[in-house]
Amino acid sequence: MKDQGNYKPLSYFQLMEVSLRELLVEKGILTSEQIEAEVENMRSRTPERGARVVARAWVDADYKKRLLENGTKACEELGLDVPALKLVAVENTPQVHNAVVCTLCSCYPRMLLGIPPDWYKSRNYRSRMVREPRAVLAEFGLKLEEGTQVRVHDSTADMRYLVLPMRPAGTEGWDEARLASLVSRDCMIGVAIPKLGAA
Amino acid sequence: MPEARFKPGDRVKVLKAYPPGHIRTPHYIRGHVGEVERVCGAFPNPEELAQMRNGMPAQPLYRVRFRQKEVWPDYQGPDKDVLEIEIYQHWLEPA
Repeated sequence: MKDQGNYKPLSYFQLMEVSLRELLVEKGILTSEQIEAEVENMRSRTPERGARVVARAWVDADYKKRLLENGTKACEELGLDVPALKLVAVENTPQVHNAVVCTLCSCYPRMLLGIPPDWYKSRNYRSRMVREPRAVLAEFGLKLEEGTQVRVHDSTADMRYLVLPMRPAGTEGWDEARLASLVSRDCMIGVAIPKLGAA
Repeated sequence: MPEARFKPGDRVKVLKAYPPGHIRTPHYIRGHVGEVERVCGAFPNPEELAQMRNGMPAQPLYRVRFRQKEVWPDYQGPDKDVLEIEIYQHWLEPA
């Protein structure tokens, strides 16, 4: 009996990635160290960055105002660099629920939320979120009142979106770090809302 | 950069056109009427960038708000639900 492990042949796109990477190194355009450093840089960005922005907006009304006016600048205030693009923060209220999708590809605020989850890039989510958002949100466990307006943002061009969820009741007096622990990636995409006891 | 022709609140119609190439106006919204939510600034034209050109002149970009019921007549949900999409100026005409 042979142990075959989990070996699978490379897919078409994996093979293309390896070929391109090796060619770039061979031709002296990039070094392996530079590629490795960029991959590490991408991995180091996690949704905790976005959660810091949300928590600050919850405790500081002036900051929230600046965030809604100019998301990019407000992130820079916290030392979060959002290079070469514009961040639009959209606020959930008792009347409005926001959710984000990119129907064309998978545009995502990576500098605040890291690498997007696979479902965000799936054909299912991308095609249905604009067509039947309430059904999709219900599948995520989020049932919205009929009276709440659902506002879906199709991220088709140069803007990137961050949903600013509502601060849960019962968190009075919490500091920013504790508040940030309630804010998950999904809350900032708009397919969930922060809940006490979830963190 | 071309002047921004539209301002927030203006009614606009997305061109119903199907040119080849790298287009960032989703198919499902072409031909529909919405309202400008905000002017985002001007950005290099992605249709040009995709052809390895510099994308200039930059195109004004808008966030346009559409009523779900207008986009999908059989939409399951309240009348007030909306969809907001970024669209470049050369894809819009006054409505």
